[in-house]
This record gives sequence, structure tokens and C-alpha cells, in this order.
Amino acid sequence: MTHATEPGPAGTRPPGRVLLIEDEPNIATALGFILRRDGWRVSTHSDGATALDAVARHAPAVVVLDVMLPGLSGFDILSGIRASPRPDLPVLMLTAKGQAKDRARAEALGVNRFMTKPFSNRELLDAVRALAEP
Amino acid sequence: MTLTFNLLVAICLGYVAFLFAVAFAGERQSARGRGGWLRGPTVYTLSLSIYCTAWTFYGAVGYAARSGLEFMTIYLGPTIVFVGWWWFLRKLVRIGRAERVTSIADIVSSRYGKSTSLAVIVTLLAVVGTTPYIALQLQSITLAFGVFAAPETGGADLDGLALWCAVGLAVFTILFGTRRLDMGERHEGIVSAIAVEAVVKLVALLSVGAFVVWGLNDGIGPTRAAIAAGPVADWTATPGRWAGLILVSGAAVICLPRMFQVLVVENSDERHLVTASWAFPAYLMAMCLFVVPIAATGLARMPDGANPDLFVLTLPLAEGQDGLALLAFLGGFSSATSMVIVASVALATMLSNHVVMPVWLAWQGQGRASISGDVRAVVLRARRISILVVLAMGYLYFLTTGGTAALASIGLISFVGIAQVLPTLAFGLFWTGATRLGAAAGILTGFAIWGWTMLLPVLLPDAGFLAAPFGIGWLGSFSLFGMTGDPLVTAAILSLGLNTFVFCLVSLATQPTPMERLQAPRFVHVFDRTARPRGHRGGTVQADELLIMAQRILGAREAQDFFFAEARRQGRARDLPETTPDLLDRLERRLAGSVGAATAHAMVSGITGGTAVSVEDLLAVADETAQIMEYSARLEAQSVELTRTTRELREANRKLTALGRQKDAFLSQVSHELRTPMTSIRAFSEILREEDVPEADRARYAGIILEESRRLTRLLDDLLDLAVLESGQVELERVTVSLRDVIDRALVASGETGLRIERDRDAEAVDVEADPDRLAQVFINLVTNAARYCDADRPALRIRVDVAETVTIDVSDNGGGIDPEARDLIFEKFARLDRGAATGRAGLGLAICREVMARLGGSIEYVAASRGTTFRVRLPRVAAGAAA
Repeated sequence: MTHATEPGPAGTRPPGRVLLIEDEPNIATALGFILRRDGWRVSTHSDGATALDAVARHAPAVVVLDVMLPGLSGFDILSGIRASPRPDLPVLMLTAKGQAKDRARAEALGVNRFMTKPFSNRELLDAVRALAEP
Repeated sequence: MTLTFNLLVAICLGYVAFLFAVAFAGERQSARGRGGWLRGPTVYTLSLSIYCTAWTFYGAVGYAARSGLEFMTIYLGPTIVFVGWWWFLRKLVRIGRAERVTSIADIVSSRYGKSTSLAVIVTLLAVVGTTPYIALQLQSITLAFGVFAAPETGGADLDGLALWCAVGLAVFTILFGTRRLDMGERHEGIVSAIAVEAVVKLVALLSVGAFVVWGLNDGIGPTRAAIAAGPVADWTATPGRWAGLILVSGAAVICLPRMFQVLVVENSDERHLVTASWAFPAYLMAMCLFVVPIAATGLARMPDGANPDLFVLTLPLAEGQDGLALLAFLGGFSSATSMVIVASVALATMLSNHVVMPVWLAWQGQGRASISGDVRAVVLRARRISILVVLAMGYLYFLTTGGTAALASIGLISFVGIAQVLPTLAFGLFWTGATRLGAAAGILTGFAIWGWTMLLPVLLPDAGFLAAPFGIGWLGSFSLFGMTGDPLVTAAILSLGLNTFVFCLVSLATQPTPMERLQAPRFVHVFDRTARPRGHRGGTVQADELLIMAQRILGAREAQDFFFAEARRQGRARDLPETTPDLLDRLERRLAGSVGAATAHAMVSGITGGTAVSVEDLLAVADETAQIMEYSARLEAQSVELTRTTRELREANRKLTALGRQKDAFLSQVSHELRTPMTSIRAFSEILREEDVPEADRARYAGIILEESRRLTRLLDDLLDLAVLESGQVELERVTVSLRDVIDRALVASGETGLRIERDRDAEAVDVEADPDRLAQVFINLVTNAARYCDADRPALRIRVDVAETVTIDVSDNGGGIDPEARDLIFEKFARLDRGAATGRAGLGLAICREVMARLGGSIEYVAASRGTTFRVRLPRVAAGAAA
């Protein structure tokens, strides 16, 4: 698979898995599609309450985390990851609320990258790739 | 030398002229500020001798001739009062001076809250009790004249003589008793005249006594023998009668209007009582020293049938001692005139102050007029008329009853009558609980019993009804309540006893008025209040007390500045100023600026003790206090208002903050709801722009883009709709529609929902007044919500219509219902519950439903039920006739 129109590291397959925690099914579909096409193995999860279990089970290289989730909010999950056996797991947070205080809160909790919806696919893929590289 | 009637009249006129001169001189001395001796203890004690009237001068001998030593009781009562009770008199005099008392009626009235009715009662009692006594004096004068004049003139002329006596006394009393109103009701002229008369009567009686003992009986030894031989020394009185008579005469010396006048009103210095406490009893003892010898000798020497009341006069006459007889006559004349003069001054004061003036003021409609020149003239005129009235009544009483009763009995009856004031007066001085009603009830009770048992039997000796009125024996004058025995003692004990009993009983049963509460402590605690030496508004001791007080009011700095400035003004640098009247006035004015004039005056007076604080002062203080309290109440109200405003402001601020937070939350929600579909649209658009997307995915992704676009559009529609509804910019239509038609439309518009619908179309056939499109919108929202959120295996929706006062439509599904904690939130904007996240629909539906229903005059609410979700819609019903 080549991505003629997409600039990027074609051919150099990034290893590992991305855990996508997102409750909006259409967004999950879109993100899953572009991440797989970029070479990632993708697991999706839509429920906040069980998200931490999913993190432990899938052992992802990167977590893409929505803020607004049913059950447990993205901030709670982020705190949970930072308190887990893998506290330095890279986390990319997505929010549709676009409020500065949300970004501040996420950064205080130790988020690696914070993006506001909507975003370009390229932007997202670059961000995930950057987070996955040591 | 033989005494002719005309010579006697001439001597009398000369004596009276002398008395006029004495009174005139006394008044002039006093007016010039000289004649300190006039205000000394000797004159005071001598003036007290008006207790000894013609009754004592002549009558004591008669009393002794008839009843032996019993006459002594009349002197023992006052002696005990003066020697043993002087603390009582001192209190009486202190109060009299502190309160500027003008009469016994005034002191009683003042003590019981300035009661007008009490003053009138006491005044009437005094007039009724004193009038016979004045008549008695006139009678004694005519009898005495008669002794000299009997051979020459008839009885009719003696009546004329009594008239001339009364007129002369009235002129003298008016001249010297009503000249001025000021000087605290003191009459130096009258007092000096009666002091002279006191000396005259004592000298006269002692002279007659000495003549009897040494002239007729050859010394003391033979006199004692003569006494022992006669009946005078017999001990006839029972102990009860002695005690009763001592009590009555003791009460009389306090309560008799003329005694009160000289004892309290004319007193110029409280310390004179110290002298009077031994000197007055000594005077009394001197007056009765020769009574027994004269009586015994008279009985032995005078023919049978001679009036023993006149032995003082007839004994010297019979022995040819005309000069001595003349002296005795002048002594008796002095006794009579001094009593009449002082009694009429006292009665006239009471009558004018408590009867004439109140009537005149009420008639003038002036209320409490201040003593202006005009009123002063009226007061003086009232006094003069009152004196004439008192003497006229005495003369008329003499004319109608002259010669009918023994002198002594009238004297004692008068004593018992006026003694009825004693319980009220004495308790009033020592018991703050005594009340006006108690005083009135007690006095009236005693007065009634006295009148019935003592006065009426004397006035109407032949009236049969007195013995047994209405045939009831125990009501009889001489055996009231079945009490027999000594009539005088019985009457005295009954009247005074019941008087005291009723007084105490009513006092305990009634509450004092506020005025009484003010007055009572001023009397009972008079010594605490006036402990400071009086009459000296000076000295630096008071100055530092004034400074302390002023510091409290003005503040330390200002008060000290004021005092030091005053001291410099007086040339007393580095010291406190002398408390001159000038200083006091300035201080008072200064304080008045802070605490009000009345309070300032009361405070300064309270410290200097110069003038008594009157009740008017106190009431003025109360008025000022009330004003201050009103002012502070207004301040307090303002402060409360301020607190309330502050609270309201804080509340409004809190609401605003909450609103701001809500707005933030709302914008954040809107942002989320808009960005979420935008995110999908953008992502899939970017994917579709590339060529390597499989055809199947391509179609699916295009569908998602379309779906999300619609979602965006719907969301924007809902937002605008809700904004319009909330702002009230659109008027909803109100037409009569069939509910069934509306529900039909809503179900069609909802499309294929997968719900099984249960309806009762018959029940739905009811007309409502509503906007059909908006009402359908509500039902569409409810149906699509149920379709989205009902989690039952075979979802169903039941629509139930109930028609009563209002039309109620219950829309229920068979799902799991809504969590209790979420129920309050579902009608809020974007209250999309977690459970429904997957449906991709913003939570504005129920918020819009609520707005629509409110504007249609109905409501929508969530109904808690054991199963499923039920929304209840209510609408006003349209009358059946209007539906057609």
C-alpha cells in the first residue's frame, strides 16, 4: 500500500498497536481507518468505565483518548494510566470542547499531546507517530 | 378696776392691732433678709403651739373636772410623736421640703401619682373635720365674752360678736396669708404673730395656775390636799381608752391641716425638729402643769352648775382678780385666733389648689397652664375666697349648733376624723406598694364610719334612725357591727382599723399607675435621694463629680477643656472651677446639646442637689429618651435594610456567576455537539479525497458524511428553535384541534421507529386548543426519544389519554427507565444521558418540549414509575361545544 497523496514515512512500518478510546462510532471508524492504513494495529474501545482494563489488556504503544466518555471521563482514565504499571505510556487526548481549561487540566495530569477536534488526518497520524518514537 | 364689755372689746382690738404690727414687722424683716431668729427653732417650736387651741386652754380644765387625768392623753400623743417618732416627722419634713408640699392634701396627692381625686377627698375630709373646730373657737370667744358681759348684754349680741370675730380673723388671714405666692408657701408674718400668741397663752395659763396654787391654796402642799379631796385625781379611764386617745391625738398632731401647715409647710430648716422634739413636749407639759389644780380648786370653790370649761376665766373673776382674768381672756383669745388663722390658711390652700383652681383651669380650657401673672392673680383670689368660705362655714356651724355640745367632745371628734388620713400618709412614706386606689378606699371607708358613728350623732342627736337604720340594729351608730363599749374608742378603732385594713387590701390588689411608680420611691427613699446637705450649690467636691459626669457625656478631652476654661474664667488656674450657678447653667446648656435639655437639667440637679427633680422633669427626660430610641430604631431599620440589600446583591452576584458558569457550560456543550460531527465529516472527507479507498467503504463513508451533516443541521435548527422559544419572540398558534389528528401526524412524521405503538383512538378523540405543529413536535420528540433510548427486547410505546379538568396524555415505553439522579436533569439543555451517547443526538429535545408546553399553557413532566419511562403531557381542555 502506498500513500501517494499522503506525505509520511511510507514503507517504514511503525511497530505496535494504537488503543483508540472514543465513544462516537463514526469518529472511531474514521480514525481506525486512517491509523490502519498508516500501518498501525488498532483496537477501539467506547466505554470509559472499562477503558483502563483495555489499556492493560492490549498493551498499546500509544493511546488515543477522547475526553467526553460515558462512565469515566478522559481525565480520569489519564490519571489511571499515570498511576498504572506503565505510567509513561504516551497518551494523545482529543476534545471537542475546545476550552483552554481542559487543555491545562490535561497537561497538569501529564498528557503527551492534546488536540482539538476537528483536525486533519495528517496531523493526527504525525502526532501518533511522534509519540510512538522514543 | 372693773371690766366693762366695751373696755374688753377695746382691749381685744388693741391686742389684735398689736398682732397686726407683729405680723407686719415679721414679714418686713423676712422680706429684707433679716430677722434670722424668725426662722429659728424657737419660733418654729412656738408656732407648733397652735396645737393648743381654746379647747386645750379652757377645755382641758373642764375635761379634768369631768374625767380626771384623762385629759393628759391629749398631750401624751403629741409628746410621743415628737420624742419617739421624730424620725417619722423628719421624713415628713424632708419630703415636704423636697417636694415643695403645700398642704396635707398635696402631700397625699403627690405621693399617689398626683391624684386629683385623692386631693379632693383629703380636702373635703379636712374641711368637714375642721369646720366644727373653727366653730368651737368662735364659741369659746363668745363664751368668754359672755362671762364678762353677761350682766349687761343679751345672747343675741354675742352672736353678732362672733360674726365680728370671724370677719376680723378673715381680714387678718387674707392680709398676711395671701400676700404672696412665692417663698414656698411660708408666711413669716403669721408665724411671728402666732409665736407671740403662744407666749401669751402660756404666760396666761401659768399665771392663773400660780394664782390658784399660791394665791388661793397657800402653796403646793395644800393644793395637793385639795386635789386629793376632789374627784379630779380619780383614775377613771380604762387602759384601752388611754391607748386609743393617745393614738388619736398622736395622729392628729401629724394630720391636722393647721399642724401640718406649721410642722411641714412653714418649716425653714429640718434641724429645727431636733429642738422641737424636746421643746414642744416641754411646752405641752407647761400648758398642763396647772390644769389639775385649777380644776380641783374650781370644783371646790365655784358654785354647782358653773361651767368647768370656763374655770380659767371665772376663778380669777370670782376672786376679784380682773387683771389676771383679762390675761386669761387674752390667752384664750390667742389660742382661738391662732388656730383659726392657721387652719383657714391651710384649708384655703387646699381648697384653692385642689378644688377651685382645677375647676377654674378646666373652665378656662387651659389644662396645665404655667403660673403666669394672670393665673397668679386668680390663685390669690381663689385663696381669699376660700378663706372667706372656710370662716363663713365655721360661723354658720357655730350659729346652728352653738352651745349644744361640750367643747371637748367636738375636739376629739375632729381629731378622729382627720386621723383617717394617717394610714394613707404613713404607709405612703414607708411602703412603695401603697396605691392610689387603696388610699382612696381606705380614707373613704374610715371617713364613712367616722361620719356615721361620731359626726352624725353629734350633728343630729335626736335622729332615731341612727340607732338602727332600716331596723338593722348592728348598723346603728352606737353599736356598729355589734361593737359596744366606749363609743369614742370603739369608733376610733373601727374607723382607723377598717381604714388601714381596706387600704392595705386594695393596695395589694391593685397596680400603681406609672406616675405612682415614679412618685413612690421619691417619698419612701427620700433620705437616699437627698442625703447630701441641701441648699449649697457650691464647693469643689461637686465640681469633680460634675466633671466625671460631663466626661461620660462629652468625652474626656472636651469636658476637661470646658472645666479648665471655666476655671480660668474664674481666675482659678490649675484647679477645678467653683460650681457657681453661672457655671452650672453653662454646663447644663453644653450637656443639653448632647442629651437634651431635660436630661441635662436632671443630671446637673441630681449632682448638685440644689433643686428637686420634678416629675415634669422626669417625664421630659422620658420624652427625650423616647425620641432617641425612635432615632436609633430608624438607624437600626436602615442598618437592617442595608444588610438586606447586601444580601440581595450577594445573591444576585451569585446568580450572575452561576449564569456565567451555565453560559460557559452551554457554549462548551454547543462546541462539543458541533465539533463532533464536524470531526467525522472532515476525517471522511479527507479519506474520500484519496483514490485508494475501496468502493464499498467509499459509499459507506459518504453515507456517514451525509448523516453527520444532517445531524449538524438538526442541531442548529434545535438551537435556533430553542433560542426563539426562550426569548418569547414567536407567538404560538392557538387553534382547536383534535388530539387524535395531532398524534396521528406525529407518528407518521417519526417514521419507522421499530416501536410497537399502543393507542386508544377513542379516548384520543378530544379537542384541545394548541398550535398543531408544535404539539406534534412534542410528540415526535417523545416518540423518537423512546425509539432511541428504550432498551427493551421488544420496545413498545403506549399512549394513554385521560380527560378531566385538563387533558392528560401519558407516553410510556417499556424500557429500563431513567436513573433517579438523572430525572431532574433530563429537561435541561444537552442533558444527554450517558446511556444514549451512541445515538449521536444532542439533548435539546426535551428542553424544547418543555418550552413548547409552557407556552401552550400546559406542562410536561417525567412520571416516576416502577418500570419504563413515562412522560406526562397536560393541556387545557376545550369545552365540547367549541369543538364543533
